[in-house]
Amino acid sequence: MNSALIVGAIAFWLIAWAINEWLVRRKFKNRTAARAARLAVPLLFGITILVLWEGLVRGLNVPSVLLPPPSMIWTRLINSLPTLWADFQQTFLKAVITGYALGCGLGFLVAIAIDRSPFLQKGLLPLGNFVSALPVIGVAPIMVMWFGFDWQSKVAVVVIMTFFPMLVNTVSGLAATSSMERDLMRTYAASWFQTLLKLRLPAAWPFIFNALKINSTLALIGAIVAEFFGTPIVGMGFRISTEVGRMNVDMVWAEIAVAAVAGSAFYGLVALVERAVTFWHPSVRGGQA
Amino acid sequence: MEKPSFLRDRIMPVGTILLALLVIWYIAVIFLNAPFERDTAARAGTPISFSEIVPKTMFQQRPVLPAPHQVVAEIWDTTVNKPITSKRSLVYHAWITLSATLLGFGIGTLLGILLAVGIVHNRAMDRSLMPWVIASQTIPILAIAPMIIVVLNAVGIAGLLPKALISTYLSFFPIVVGMVKGLRSPEQIQLDLMHTYYASPSQTFWKLRWPASMPYLFTSLKVAIAIALVGAIVGELPTGAVSGLGARLLAGSYYGQTVQIWSALFMAAALAATLVIIVGFAHTAVLRRMGVKP
Repeated sequence: MNSALIVGAIAFWLIAWAINEWLVRRKFKNRTAARAARLAVPLLFGITILVLWEGLVRGLNVPSVLLPPPSMIWTRLINSLPTLWADFQQTFLKAVITGYALGCGLGFLVAIAIDRSPFLQKGLLPLGNFVSALPVIGVAPIMVMWFGFDWQSKVAVVVIMTFFPMLVNTVSGLAATSSMERDLMRTYAASWFQTLLKLRLPAAWPFIFNALKINSTLALIGAIVAEFFGTPIVGMGFRISTEVGRMNVDMVWAEIAVAAVAGSAFYGLVALVERAVTFWHPSVRGGQA
Repeated sequence: MEKPSFLRDRIMPVGTILLALLVIWYIAVIFLNAPFERDTAARAGTPISFSEIVPKTMFQQRPVLPAPHQVVAEIWDTTVNKPITSKRSLVYHAWITLSATLLGFGIGTLLGILLAVGIVHNRAMDRSLMPWVIASQTIPILAIAPMIIVVLNAVGIAGLLPKALISTYLSFFPIVVGMVKGLRSPEQIQLDLMHTYYASPSQTFWKLRWPASMPYLFTSLKVAIAIALVGAIVGELPTGAVSGLGARLLAGSYYGQTVQIWSALFMAAALAATLVIIVGFAHTAVLRRMGVKP
C-alpha cells in the first residue's frame, strides 16, 4: 500500500474536476478559446481517469493479473507492435472492411430493388426490424463451419450483421420525402431514376449514414467474436482469448486499446463523411453532429 | 385511400416472405448436403440418382445445413420431452442466459438513468462525460468479455454477475442517450410554467421531466434488452461455461452438432422476441396509464 500515490491521484482528480467546472461556467469572448475549452473538458476528464487508474492500481498494489496500470499496457503495446499490426491486418483490414463494404452495399442494393414493390417492403420491413433485435452473432459458429477458419467466415458474419440495419434504414430513408416534393418531380416529368437520384437519395442520406455508423461498431464486434469460434493463429479475437488463458492481461489490454482506437477512428471517419455529404441537415448546420 | 387491413398489409406480405425463405432453406439443404451423400455412395460403390439423394439430405445426422423440420424436432425434443432441471433441456440453458440478461439489464437501466439525470442537471458532467459515453461504445466490449469474466473469476466472483456486467455495459448506453434526450424534451414554455408555480428542482423533475421522458425510456429499453441478451450469450462463450445458450452454441460448434447450434439459435431468437414484446406491452400500459391516447 502506497498512500502517497493514492492521495496524489485523488488530489489530481479533484483539481481536474474543479478546473472542468470552472471551464464550463466561463463565458469566452474569443471563438477559438471557446472551442479549445470545449475540447479541453472531455480531454481532461479522460486524462483524469488514466491518472486515477494508474494511481489507484499502483497505490493499492492491485496485482497486474487483475488490472494492469496504463503505463504497463503502453510499454507492452510499444514492444509488441508487429504482433498487434498482424492481428489488426487480419481482423480489421481483411474481415471488417470487406464485410462492412459487402454488407452495407448489399443492404443498400436490396433496399433499392424492393423500392418499387410495396408488397415486398411490407413483408421485409417487419422481418428486418425483427432480425435487428435478434442475437445475430450466434450465426458465427455456423459461418465458421461453412467458410472455414480464415477471414472469409468472419466476413460472412459481418455481412449478416450489417445487412439488416442498412436495409431497414435505407427503406425508411427512401420513404422520407413528402408527397409534395414527389409531386413536384412529377410535374417536371422526371423519371423514376431521376427522382431517385435527385430527390429521394439525398433525402435518405441521414438515414443511410445512421446505419453506416451503427454498422461500423457492429462490424468490429462481429469479426472479433467470430474469431472465438475458430481462427488461424492470428487475429484480434484469437489474441485476446489465448492471452487471457495465459494470464497475459497487459497484452489483452493492449489489443483492446488497438481495437478501441480502430473502432473510434472508423466511427469518426464515417461521421466526418456524413458531415460533408449531409451539410444541409439541421443537425450538421447547428454545429453538432 | 383504402383503409389499412391487418390481413392484407401485415399477414400476407410477411407470410409470403417467410414461406419463400422456407422454400429457399429446403432447396439450400438439398444442395449443401448432397455432396456428403454422393461421397458415401461413391465410397460404397453404388451409383446414386438425384431423386434418391433428396430424401436422404433431409435426415442426416450431422448435416451442413439441417432441414427446418430437424431443427423443430430438436427444439421440441429438448424443451418438452426433457425435464426442465435436466442438463440437456434447452429451457434450462435458456433460463441461465435469461437470468444473466435480466440482472444485467436491471443494473444497466438503473445506471443509465442515474447517469442521464446527472448529465441533464450538471453541465460539467454533460461536457466531460457525454463524449466518453459515446466513445465507450466504439470499443468492442464483447472483445473484453472473456477478460472481464476470467478476471472476476480470479477475484472470486463467479457465476451470474460477470455475465450480467457485460450485459450492463452494453445496455446502459442506449438508455443514457435516450434518457438525456427524454429528460430534455420538455419545452422552454413548460419549464417556465413550472417556474411560475414556484416548483422546486425536484418537483420539476418528478412532475415534468420524468413523465415527459417515458416514451424515450421505453424506446431505449427495447434496444437495451435485445443487446443485453447478446451480451449474456457472448459472455458464456470464452470461459468454457457449461450451461447457457452461448455454451450450447460453443459445444455444438466443437462437436459439429449443427442441429444443436440451430436449435440454440432459434431459442435465443424466440427469447429476444419475447423480451422485446414484453417491454413493448409495458410501454403501452405505462403510456395508457399516463393518459396518452394510443
